[in-house]
Amino acid sequence: MSGLLRITTEQPRFTLPTYEGPLDLLLQLIRENEVDICDIPIAEITRQYLERLAQWQAMDLVVAGDYLVMAATLLEIKSRMLLPQPPPPEGEEADDPRAELVRRVLEYAMYAAAAEQFRSLEEHRARLFFRNAIEEPDDYVLPVQAGDLTAWELAAFLQRVLAGAGVQSAEPVTAIVPQQKVSLRLKMAEILRRVRRSETGIRFHELLDDAVELMEVVMAFLAVLELARTGRIRIQQRRPFGEVMLLPQEPGRAQDADHD
Amino acid sequence: MTDTTELVVRPQRDRIRRLSTTVEALLFVAGEPLATKELARALEATEVEVEAAVEELQKRLDDVGSALQIVAIAGGYQLCTRPQHAETIARLLHRESAKLSRAALETLAIIAYRQPITQPEIEAVRGVSCSSVLRTLVDRSLVAEAGRKQAPGRPILYATTPSFLHYFGLKDLSELPPLEKPETSETDTAGDPAGTAPATEPP
Repeated sequence: MSGLLRITTEQPRFTLPTYEGPLDLLLQLIRENEVDICDIPIAEITRQYLERLAQWQAMDLVVAGDYLVMAATLLEIKSRMLLPQPPPPEGEEADDPRAELVRRVLEYAMYAAAAEQFRSLEEHRARLFFRNAIEEPDDYVLPVQAGDLTAWELAAFLQRVLAGAGVQSAEPVTAIVPQQKVSLRLKMAEILRRVRRSETGIRFHELLDDAVELMEVVMAFLAVLELARTGRIRIQQRRPFGEVMLLPQEPGRAQDADHD
Repeated sequence: MTDTTELVVRPQRDRIRRLSTTVEALLFVAGEPLATKELARALEATEVEVEAAVEELQKRLDDVGSALQIVAIAGGYQLCTRPQHAETIARLLHRESAKLSRAALETLAIIAYRQPITQPEIEAVRGVSCSSVLRTLVDRSLVAEAGRKQAPGRPILYATTPSFLHYFGLKDLSELPPLEKPETSETDTAGDPAGTAPATEPP
């Protein structure tokens, strides 16, 4: 890269061949020269390879390190070929300093050819159009219509929620019912706030983490049902018995309930 | 065919014809390849019957000149449009298909023939770093992690996915195009100069 000040009024346009790396460049040079991969004229190919790198640098293109490593390898092979070698042991052929390079170029060429085949498979396949799978019932709003679930089924779900929250519901409540500290209205407001603050929604079970009393769990459960019924939150369960997620209502649908 | 075999075969043929109609319904709703086994379970039929029914359905779709056809793809059968409608459909859907880059195709090819394979092994073949192209392939679900190699550093192994088969319209890995050595003066005499070509039989 020169430090000269260059003032150009017109940008020259280049169309550069693109290479997928040093092996690709090497392969192209071998093909352009119509030489045999297994018998690379290493001096000539190295000269052309370095010339190509010099051209890129002259055009201010950054030459990736991988190309320089290959340049060093080529020069090393070239110098080894110039050095006299001891005669090989009886019955063996002399080591060709190019052997490893040839192996790599051949291997690369094989996969590059396969990649071209993949390209035509891709083109064929792109001409076929498939139906998308029917949407999983993921995003729909509370699928339960009034009357779909019996009180017993709701009670069974409540049992599971209670068990999950570590509340022993099997024990009959014998204590005098204390004054209700949590009102349904307050609980609803709290849940709505938490749901709206979260981007991705909250897990139903999170609501129960700080519940100390059975009544709080019941309230949370009722509040969620009420919020869903009035369309202020969405409830999502991706699979049977999976995590129940509480999500903020989509903006368009929440407007009527969004004034508080 | 003698009269007696005709008597035996006839009800069987009617059954296959009925099954083929149901196969059409199943393939229509599935939206993904259905394996013979899955079809057999849903149809309460044998796999041999299912294969016959699929063939019967394909023949019927051909005969009536349907725009749809059945393809064997990614381990199952799936309904899709015939290629001659591609341009019209693309206009309707305003869809420009995002082709994979050459780097991505090369990397995929190496993974496909050598899987499971680690990133350094891929890079040794390509001679360049492959992290970003690998990430793209994983993001597009064409490649997935397939455990770790029992080697120093326990590098991640990569393998192709069913989406890969689907993307290239292959039924399974045996349908990969055979890996061919480039032409050299020694191709005829030397065996496999790279020493790595897996024995891939043409389909």
